[in-house]
Amino acid sequence: MSRAAVPGTLKIAFKLLVNDRGKFAALLVGILFAVFLMIMMTSMFSGILKRSSATVLNVGARVWIMDPAVNNVASSIPMPDYVLDAARSIPGVKYAVPLYSSVALVKLRGGTYQAATVIGLDDASLFGRPQLLQGNIQDIYGENAFVVVKDAEFSKLGNPGLGSEFEINDHRGKIVGIAHVATSGLFGIPTLYTTYSRAVSYIPSMRYTAAFILVQPKSDAAIPAIQKAVARLGYQALTEDQFVQKVSDFYIYQTGLGTNVLLMTIISFTVGLSISAQTFYTFILENLEKFGALKAIGAKGRELVLMILFQATFTALTAYGLGVGLATLLMTVARLRLPGYAAEITYLNLVLAFVMVLVIAAISSLIGIRKVIRIEPFDIFRG
Amino acid sequence: MSTALQAVRLTKWFGEGEARTLAVKEVSFEASFGEILYIVGPSGSGKTTLLSMISGILRPNEGQVLVEGSDLWHQSDDAIADFRLHKVGFVFQDYHLFPRLTTAENVAIPLILKQVPWNEALVRAHGFLEVVGLANKAELPPVKLSGGEQQRVAIARAIASEPDIMIFDEPTASLDGDTGRKIVSFVKEHILNARRCIVIVTHDSRIFEYADRIMNMEDGRLTGIANGGLHES
Ligand SMILES: Nc1ncnc2c1ncn2[C@@H]1O[C@H](COP(=O)(O)OP(=O)(O)OP(=O)(O)O)[C@@H](O)[C@H]1O
Ligand SMILES: [Mg+2]
Repeated sequence: MSRAAVPGTLKIAFKLLVNDRGKFAALLVGILFAVFLMIMMTSMFSGILKRSSATVLNVGARVWIMDPAVNNVASSIPMPDYVLDAARSIPGVKYAVPLYSSVALVKLRGGTYQAATVIGLDDASLFGRPQLLQGNIQDIYGENAFVVVKDAEFSKLGNPGLGSEFEINDHRGKIVGIAHVATSGLFGIPTLYTTYSRAVSYIPSMRYTAAFILVQPKSDAAIPAIQKAVARLGYQALTEDQFVQKVSDFYIYQTGLGTNVLLMTIISFTVGLSISAQTFYTFILENLEKFGALKAIGAKGRELVLMILFQATFTALTAYGLGVGLATLLMTVARLRLPGYAAEITYLNLVLAFVMVLVIAAISSLIGIRKVIRIEPFDIFRG
Repeated sequence: MSTALQAVRLTKWFGEGEARTLAVKEVSFEASFGEILYIVGPSGSGKTTLLSMISGILRPNEGQVLVEGSDLWHQSDDAIADFRLHKVGFVFQDYHLFPRLTTAENVAIPLILKQVPWNEALVRAHGFLEVVGLANKAELPPVKLSGGEQQRVAIARAIASEPDIMIFDEPTASLDGDTGRKIVSFVKEHILNARRCIVIVTHDSRIFEYADRIMNMEDGRLTGIANGGLHES
């Protein structure tokens, strides 16, 4: 078959498909539905995963040292002070600072209580400090000073302004800064920053206090050696990416979140597949005599296969585009109405949905192709 | 008159063993350019089966179909498909027009399969619709046309591939007598030419007058060939 045949037969295929409005619409809706569900599910998933690592991303340290049993930022296991000293003396470490992270109870002016994450930054360096929208970071050294993060949970502290006062674990607290962070957390509670020493003294804790030690290596090349040295101490040093991965793995494999999303994705895939495969099959069946007539007239088997593949692919890609569009639209609207809305479309989500759509197209066309290949022009001829 | 095709002892059976039916048995004949050849006979006598074998649609069990000196059924599947596309024009009993395409696009199909560019194929399709007197219906879907008009669209599609051999199976079966006669007389006047051979299977004795020769079949066998025109049924 020469190249010139392709456009003509494909144009016929296109017209056969699109001019059958009802069936084409049904096909589109079936696949669109599947794409939409798949993207919503997986985007929700990646949004949640990203948020579960919010603190890691916001602090922005190159290397994190932690107890090996730590698998997410919220439930940290404090380390004895000697680890910090040991870390500082590892060759290749430029500097190392402690990070405090715990949950405290805030008593609001109205008398109600609200849990909040408290992050204590190293007094000397304030390493991992957030970007301030209002106030001056130096005020964090002032009496009872806290910086509040203006994220989706901000309102749970009663939308405090600069100078607002509250009680935290029976100590007085005062807002001296309002911070912006790139990624909001997953846990649905507000975040307060203060100095490491104030966090330690205000919040009852065990003998050990440093939840994490943040390390800036002299160079990336020094990281493997640092990791080995920390491992010899009985602790674990992870790069930021590794830590994010570890947190993600925890939520995917240890919480049921991964299984649920996987199930939902499989279900939407199956539903979409069965709707579109079924519709495409009826479409082929209805046109089967015509395909047979084409064969009788002299169309070759491969030309008919090409026509069917084209129809399936065209439908799948159109539905894919519409599905992605619809999911994006819905997420944009949802984000406008719910500031804490976590879903986020990543390239991986798109690729995943695309692959599934291709599988749907392949299976649907396969069924049709089998039918069309087997049709005998003689049966058409006999009527 | 030169020979368009030659059937040599064509035999076809369906099924095996007990269930085996002999549909066509050792039928030999010649069809010439410039003639209209009828195949008539009772229902089940093997007319459609014979027609399918000589037009490259159904492979015979035994015998040959000689076209331009070579045996059609000894060629590759692709070559046989090309034979159907380039040498044969089919008018199916129930037309098999595409309802979702316009009349002109339907007529253009053989041209498009022959890789004629889309626009040129449509222009030529309009020309063939003009031949059958339906130029004004070119943009309508075939379902908007009457039975006789659809038959003419099917004829236009068949002549679009400019075939040497045209094959009609029961062309008048779903038309009233008058329309049927008009169609066949039109075919004789405008579609038949010295470079073309037309083979028509029919029951319809009202159109026998247009035949040059009439082949009689019974029980899969050829029982006689008569000259047409005044044949009585
Ligand atoms: N695909 C098939 N499988 C089994 N038997 C078949 C098949 N096609 C045809 N036959 C048998 O072959 C014989 C001839 O059939 P054919 O269709 O050629 O007859 P016909 O003369 O065209 O009849 P009609 O006038 O009714 O169209 C019949 O007995 C029929 O039952
Ligand atoms: Mg028949």
